[in-house]
Amino acid sequence: MTNTMNHPDDSVTTIIEPSRKQSRKKFLFNAGRFSLLSVVAVTAACKKSSSNGGLDLGSGDIGILNYAYALEQLEAAFYIKVMASPYSSMPAAEASYLTDIRDHEVAHREFFKAALGSNAISALEVNFSTIDFTSRTSVLATAKAFEDLGVTAYNGAGQLLQSADYLLLAGKIVSVEARHAALIRDLISPGSFADNTALDANASDMARSPADVLAIAGAYITTKIDASHLPS
Amino acid sequence: MNFQHIVSEIEKIDPEIYERTSERRAAFKNFGHIGTRFALAALPLALGSIFQKAYGQTTTGVIGVLNFALQLEYIESNFYIKGVATPGLIPAGPSLTALTTIRDHENTHVNFLRTAITAAGGTPYTYTASQFDFTAKGAFPDVFTNYNTFLAVAQAFEDTGVRAYKGQAGNLQGTANRSYLTAALNIHSVEARHASHVRMMRAALGAPVKPWITGIVSGIDSRTNGNYIGEDNTVQGGVNITTLSGVNANVTASAATEAFDEPLTKDQVVALVTPFFA
Repeated sequence: MTNTMNHPDDSVTTIIEPSRKQSRKKFLFNAGRFSLLSVVAVTAACKKSSSNGGLDLGSGDIGILNYAYALEQLEAAFYIKVMASPYSSMPAAEASYLTDIRDHEVAHREFFKAALGSNAISALEVNFSTIDFTSRTSVLATAKAFEDLGVTAYNGAGQLLQSADYLLLAGKIVSVEARHAALIRDLISPGSFADNTALDANASDMARSPADVLAIAGAYITTKIDASHLPS
Repeated sequence: MNFQHIVSEIEKIDPEIYERTSERRAAFKNFGHIGTRFALAALPLALGSIFQKAYGQTTTGVIGVLNFALQLEYIESNFYIKGVATPGLIPAGPSLTALTTIRDHENTHVNFLRTAITAAGGTPYTYTASQFDFTAKGAFPDVFTNYNTFLAVAQAFEDTGVRAYKGQAGNLQGTANRSYLTAALNIHSVEARHASHVRMMRAALGAPVKPWITGIVSGIDSRTNGNYIGEDNTVQGGVNITTLSGVNANVTASAATEAFDEPLTKDQVVALVTPFFA
């Protein structure tokens, strides 16, 4: 339900106290442009979140791009490991598809790194200790989780981007993540490419806020991430 | 999110909210009684519409974009309705099941967009089966008698649908349109899931395609060249993807094109789908 609405994850303090990159003057300017929905979200449904001392994704569009960069780092690291030590008897067709997906995720990761330049966050440390890379079931289940999560992450991030160019780029990537998700799902269970574990009653994918996505992805990321300055 | 709570908060911030939305007061008060999953999911769109009316923010363009999307969903919906209903066209079993699932999704998209357009104060387009010509004026004469042709047209529709939604995202940007943008993105990725599956169905029958689009390769023929034009782009946001480091060497041109789907403009899409109208 909340997926298509603003996510009231930013605290009052985050918005009332200008973030370290935002002067009070700029804050006042921006405040005038806040939608009613934003005001309502802040007023009605706040919960505390503030800088946690972790790796700061930053604010504005840069923050969202760093957020995407973080997710692509996670996915790329996963598929690199999958193909560095393939599960036993991996069929050739699966190896080919998983290699393609690995290369797509690496391309996404490297693209964000290049596009962000000096604004890019550092390399994340990942933790795949819960994944059994010798098990097809474990690997594909994780791949499905990552791809479906990526779709909901980009779908949720679109409305947070100010730049039309960045929105288009996010759109160019999310449909590829959805193609991956559908394939992985079909590898696990043929015909499950868009079943009701992914889609809602409107035959639509879902959208997640950065906070919700990072709460899920965080199980695989050792590096502490500070998403408190992201737009909402 | 508690909508009654939001409405009461608006009253505190803006006591004149009901004057601004007099004709919509009943709608506010009725939110608490909406129970179906469909209605709840459509609610953000209705709510966004009310706020836009109340605060003078424009929906100019939004309704046009949604109706454009609706038009494409009608094409897909009618295509699969007819295909699934044509005896002997689609093999029984997983193929028929998958294409029935896709048919149902497209039908649902039609209904969802109609609801959203109406909620936004617009008038949704309406099409009936007789308004379509899925041979595209004779370009695909065996579309409902040759399963391979049917799947090829399905792939073209799905890949083009992805490109069409992507091309419209920028027209739904802005604070007033956030819920519309997200709803469109949420459909956009489903079209990509469909495309992925249809491509796999074709690959199983020997077509040289993968779930993702490699360069401008469609695995069809020149009849769909326009649907894939520009998919061989390897420069994104000024970054040449093929100069970036891959796993063992630079990212290949194939991976660079597969990793990013490309948009089409509305004019391009209209030109592509026009032959499918009778």
